Amino acid sequence: MIFTIARKEFRSLLATPSTWLFLGALQFIFAWFFLARLDAFLQVQAQLAQLANAPGVTQAVAAPLFATIALIMMMLVPVFTMRLIAEERRNRTMTLLMTAPVSSTQIVLGKFTGLLLFLLLAIAGSVLMVLSLAAGTQLDKGLIFANALGLLLLAASYAALGLYISSLTVQPVVAAIGAMAALFGLWLVEISAADGNTAWRALAPTSHFQSFNSGLLNSGDLAFFLLFSIAFLLLAMRRIHNNRIYG
Amino acid sequence: MSAAPLTLCARNLSRRFGPREVVRNVSLELRRGEVLGLLGHNGAGKSTTLQLLTGALLPHAGQIEVCGFDLARQPKQAKACIGFLPETPPLYRDMCVDDYLEFAAKLHGVPRPQIAGALAETKRRCSLQDTGQKIIGTLSKGYRQRVGIAQALIHNPEVIILDEPTVGLDPSQIRDIRTLIRELGDAHSVILSTHLLGEVESICDRVEIMHHGRLIYSDSSAHMQQYGHQPGFVVTLLAPPALAELEAIPGVLKVEPISATHFRILHTAESNCGALLLERAAERGWQAQQLTPLQTKLEDVFMHITQNEAA
Repeated sequence: MIFTIARKEFRSLLATPSTWLFLGALQFIFAWFFLARLDAFLQVQAQLAQLANAPGVTQAVAAPLFATIALIMMMLVPVFTMRLIAEERRNRTMTLLMTAPVSSTQIVLGKFTGLLLFLLLAIAGSVLMVLSLAAGTQLDKGLIFANALGLLLLAASYAALGLYISSLTVQPVVAAIGAMAALFGLWLVEISAADGNTAWRALAPTSHFQSFNSGLLNSGDLAFFLLFSIAFLLLAMRRIHNNRIYG
Repeated sequence: MSAAPLTLCARNLSRRFGPREVVRNVSLELRRGEVLGLLGHNGAGKSTTLQLLTGALLPHAGQIEVCGFDLARQPKQAKACIGFLPETPPLYRDMCVDDYLEFAAKLHGVPRPQIAGALAETKRRCSLQDTGQKIIGTLSKGYRQRVGIAQALIHNPEVIILDEPTVGLDPSQIRDIRTLIRELGDAHSVILSTHLLGEVESICDRVEIMHHGRLIYSDSSAHMQQYGHQPGFVVTLLAPPALAELEAIPGVLKVEPISATHFRILHTAESNCGALLLERAAERGWQAQQLTPLQTKLEDVFMHITQNEAA
């Protein structure tokens, strides 16, 4: 049943022209950053070659590119999460799900999985772009894998937060702005926290992405993303259940 | 009729929105093969009651059982027995009809191998054969309504709940949908809410009237038409005699002049004074032209019942 809802969500995303426009624009922006980084790398390559322990192309090009994508994700994910529940409410299609023999858990997990599949597609595009470097040089596959996994986890946590905010309102635009504000707020918490203040930094998903970005698989960060996603998914389920109670 | 199994049973349902009690102590029973019409003014609580019965809203008090499953305790089994068409059909405008109905079927747990068959059968029933690949957003309102009904039927549920199913349809579509509902009523149980009394007259076996969140009248629709019925007729006499002369005819209770030549005559139930009156008219040259028996319209009955309640 989760899969049925996920499949429908995924297909209806691909059926809207704006999605393709977004994917295309996104790939264009990624490619732009990618080429800029690559160009910069080629210019300093000669000097780097003289250093003893010089950063490789993966570290110099791919890692900063993925860090940029992580920031763009902050604006991108809310655009897709806004429709998930708010639009169903506005179009009165939520009744179909509410009166069907499916639980709130299945509705939320189905929608979340469907969106995650789509975000996986967007992330895969950028990873493929980086992998194209393999034609000319040797790549640090571990670093790329860590980054891709980190991006996916980051996307999942953003999607969970966006899904929850979408379940709070009837207006998709309000859901989008709300999710964006929440994500920016978390990011600001991270960059404005004093260096030693780890408690505040620990709140922000972006700070947990940094270890993935430098190629580390830190179980603490992994746990953070999982807990963050699960917490907001549970809140969204709760919210949908409350819909039946409060109307 | 009473031997047919109970498919839906609601006891003492209440529902508030804030301090406002929208549904008060409503109890309903429905048997297989029955079509129940839920009548009421706008805002009487019909839609809320139907939402309670389908599990879209939870009642503040009361119990609902669908095909023996408690809706609160075993929601999955109970909901699988219900097909629901809400006031606004829950249609995804960017999907095509086939994909949408397939999604609805899967959502209601129709086994995968049976989906194609269910889809074809439902489309045939709702005359949607030619629209399979069309995008729902491009369909006319009537077709959208039909897709909404198809969505409620695709898993062949025991209980079908339709909230104003014929709103926005043209007369021939209304006829088709009514035939369909009547046909469904033979093998399933149907509840439909409406404020069109003609609909109740033509398709419902039983009527429940809702007023300010309560059920105030419940009977078979044939009985309801008898409610408050007063035998009488309207007669046109081109050369009318004095009122006293008409009142003197045996059996006549009351004569009300409608105009100079029209009279409403109420008589006792036993006597048939129409024939007598025509006889006298011929004898005395009153020039009788037309004699129409009074018919209680469901509308009058409905107004009568709801006003009685308000008083």
